Amino acid sequence: MPQNADNVLDHFNLFRQPEYKEMFENKKKNFENPVPDPELERVREWTKTEEYREKNFAREALTVNPAKACQPLGAVFASLGFEKTIPFVHGSQGCVAYYRSHFSRHFKEPTSCVSSSMTEDAAVFGGLNNMIDGLANTYNMYKPKMISVSTTCMAEVIGDDLNAFIKTSKEKGSVPQEYDVPFAHTPAFVGSHITGYDNVMKGIVEHFWDGKAGTAPKLERVANEKINFIGGFDGYTVGNIREIKRIFNSMGVEYTIFGDNSDVWDTPTDGEFRMYDGGTTLEDAANAIHARATISMQQYCTEKTLPLIANHGQDTVAFNHPIGVNGTDEFLMAISRISGKPISEELTKERGRLVDAIADSAAHIHGKKFAIYGDPDLCLGLTAFLLELGAEPVHVLSTNGGKAWAEKTEKLLASSPFGKDCHVYAGKDLWHMRSLLFTEPVDFLIGNTYGKYLERDTGTPLIRIGFPIFDRHHYHRYPVWGYQGAMNVLVWILDKIFDEIDRNTNVVAKSDYSFDIIR
Amino acid sequence: MSVAAAETIEELKARNKELIKEVLEVYPEKTAKRRAKHLGAFEEGKPDCGVKSNIKSIPGVMTIRGCAYAGSKGVVWGPIKDMIHISHGPVGCGQYSWASRRNYYIGTTGVDTFGTMQFTSDFQEKDIVFGGDKKLAKIIDEIQDLFPLNKGISVQSECPIGLIGDDIEAVSKAKSKEYEGKTIVPVRCEGFRGVSQSLGHHIANDSIRDWVFDKQEGKAARFEPSPYDVAIIGDYNIGGDAWSSRILLEEMGLRVVSQWSGDGTIAELEATPRAKLNVLHCYRSMNYISRHMEEKYGIPWIEYNFFGPSKIAESLRKIASHFDDTIKEGAEAVIAKYQPLMDAVIAKYRPRLEGKKVMLYVGGLRPRHVIGAYEDLGMEIIGTGYEFGHNDDYQRTTHYVKDGTLIYDDVTGYEFEKFVEKIQPDLVGSGIKEKYVFQKMGVPFRQMHSWDYSGPYHGYDGFAIFARDMDMAINSPVWKFAKAPWAA
Repeated sequence: MPQNADNVLDHFNLFRQPEYKEMFENKKKNFENPVPDPELERVREWTKTEEYREKNFAREALTVNPAKACQPLGAVFASLGFEKTIPFVHGSQGCVAYYRSHFSRHFKEPTSCVSSSMTEDAAVFGGLNNMIDGLANTYNMYKPKMISVSTTCMAEVIGDDLNAFIKTSKEKGSVPQEYDVPFAHTPAFVGSHITGYDNVMKGIVEHFWDGKAGTAPKLERVANEKINFIGGFDGYTVGNIREIKRIFNSMGVEYTIFGDNSDVWDTPTDGEFRMYDGGTTLEDAANAIHARATISMQQYCTEKTLPLIANHGQDTVAFNHPIGVNGTDEFLMAISRISGKPISEELTKERGRLVDAIADSAAHIHGKKFAIYGDPDLCLGLTAFLLELGAEPVHVLSTNGGKAWAEKTEKLLASSPFGKDCHVYAGKDLWHMRSLLFTEPVDFLIGNTYGKYLERDTGTPLIRIGFPIFDRHHYHRYPVWGYQGAMNVLVWILDKIFDEIDRNTNVVAKSDYSFDIIR
Repeated sequence: MSVAAAETIEELKARNKELIKEVLEVYPEKTAKRRAKHLGAFEEGKPDCGVKSNIKSIPGVMTIRGCAYAGSKGVVWGPIKDMIHISHGPVGCGQYSWASRRNYYIGTTGVDTFGTMQFTSDFQEKDIVFGGDKKLAKIIDEIQDLFPLNKGISVQSECPIGLIGDDIEAVSKAKSKEYEGKTIVPVRCEGFRGVSQSLGHHIANDSIRDWVFDKQEGKAARFEPSPYDVAIIGDYNIGGDAWSSRILLEEMGLRVVSQWSGDGTIAELEATPRAKLNVLHCYRSMNYISRHMEEKYGIPWIEYNFFGPSKIAESLRKIASHFDDTIKEGAEAVIAKYQPLMDAVIAKYRPRLEGKKVMLYVGGLRPRHVIGAYEDLGMEIIGTGYEFGHNDDYQRTTHYVKDGTLIYDDVTGYEFEKFVEKIQPDLVGSGIKEKYVFQKMGVPFRQMHSWDYSGPYHGYDGFAIFARDMDMAINSPVWKFAKAPWAA
């Protein structure tokens, strides 16, 4: 009997005991009708070949292990960045269960969001009644300051009109007439989660600045000295937004974080559940129209929002998830240029410390080959940083990256000698990446939790950077932006490199002469 | 109102009644009326728990429920490891349900097994406008090309499929013919169908009946039948649950010919109509196919419960009662063999858990099935409810719960939070969406869908882990720190 009260065996040890191993063998042999071992081996080896890669890249219809989610996920992310706001997703209810679970698995935090719970009858007659009842219930139960409405694919396919539905709901008294209910259509069959983020942000800007769907006068812009900051869909939002605030404060720049998720996904355990915490106040969201400029940290998360803001007379600047020395330099210089405030001594010193750290460690990264996948902006930021470190980002893949992204990334690679022979893959998935890693191996892979399957299959060590990270805890609390953020990324990369060197040199009397205590 | 105030059953019932009244006050009148039917306290001697169930969730209240797709792809079909399950529609559904349910299996993923992969048709606008049937046909071709060792394909419909009028049945049939009778199963589990995951289970069960069983008629068995052949039905092998169950059935002398559907294969599904007895763990999700096999093939089925030594022993004897003395003796031998382990586990953990109060809110069978395991550790269930149960689940629950137990069906986020806040149980067992809400409140919590990434919890081996996990949740030093020493 393998189990033991004194030393309870968990699943990872329990099922390796002989009783279970024998049981598995018998099950397979007698009842599973298994593929014969030689055939299994043949096919397994075949999936590693150039021939397989060619077939794999010839796929036109099937997607396998994509690195993207659907619009409504980004919609919920964006909505949660505002003070006491509940995301209200109009459509089937199962979707909302999925978004809430997905975020909670990443942030290890509660995620509040409601659904209009449409079923067959709503599919036939439309979801107006669901909206009317739903808004009234949410408003009464959870006392939000704002309800931010988006859609699932079901509501989009049947063509529900959010603007009209919300108007009717207000007429029926679901919520007060003047109550804030911004909305955005977020069809899951267009774009990805970053598109949904963009659509909701645009919807909220429109709502507050352009007359609340015809129910209030449009705001007149009276330019002030503030800078608006939009972070984009970001798994590191908790650490990043706090770091960005510190940077603004360090330079004495007045700012509005437009969409601030840093507190709602980082609430304390102190005996009280905070359904709401932090977030951009609705007042600040409205007053953001008067800002001198808006900075988007992720161009591809704000493709519609930024032009709308520019149309209101503001300067706009977009970055691509800047990570590293140059990216942070440009970000800070942009703030300085817009605000007229110099970059602080504190930040300049931090820059020096980052350069110092890179100088200390560059020898271990120089010339190492990397594969990267993730959202388009994150890929650009990481690629730029790796080039700074003298590493070679051999494969850069983004399932939700488009043609323009690919061109931009190629240009970035071409700007550095370390980008030679590196390639960009837009619209491809992690099964494509599997072929790339087998046919053109690299030293390290950078990606989210799902990359562990690639690590297992191809033996490429995974450095977890991206979204979602389900199987490691608390990294979302660390910034990756700013010089200190870059320092974190540098350390994560180095840790993996050193762990790998140790793992490869720890065999007694065989390789442990290189098992150095100083590296 | 404090917990301590409720000492007698009558006081408890009065408190629960008051509590329900209090939470209903937050709702608009119409909603309060509807929700009132789902909340209650169990009255000893009644045939059910006195609540309505399996009714549409109310918009905007933050139901914890999922959808039919989750019930079919996520629960029933997903674990069949040697088939490829296409999440047919936009990318999200498959992404969020990708490998998150912990249905353990053994196989070479991507080559002969596909359980922890996400296959999707990633619908674009043009697929919605022009239909997705051609794309589906091409996807099946590409699967055949790139994953030649797959033993079958299922098409798990997401919401748009039923709305745009695609004919996935025609595509499946045509492709099955083209690939020499390959099993290709179209499943109409669009997320808007029904009121919860539950209809998805039913639809998935029916699709196995129609597209797997019916194809097998007249075909020879792959193995010689024995008088001791049983099938495990409704065990999804979460954290290895089906394995720590199977080992007991085999030890008592039975032969498990099939596992539904954790670590399952299409060959096992096909072989099941040859079993002598179907043993059913999750009644909710697989009673349909069990009833079908009883009607069509004359295979009896019985429900069992492998949580905690009391229920395990009872279940082993119940299963054995359908067989001859060899098996009956086998059951007794198994119970005797594990008794010392169970005694040791209880001796170790019961003193640390005695008298602790638990509130549950889960799906499937767990709102009732796990109660015995808690009671084996001296713990008490003071509230329970089903995410997607039907009245027959609440009837079955009466055998488990005590008089006055608080019952909440399809509980809303608000209700659950208020109940826990007022009752202050020692432990809450529910899902990932609830976990952090209660931990913030300083209430120990275990996920009772995924076993909080632990498990197995089934069987004798699983009970040791269950006991250890409940102890570490409740007796973790962290809860002492929730209040700062200087806080009032």
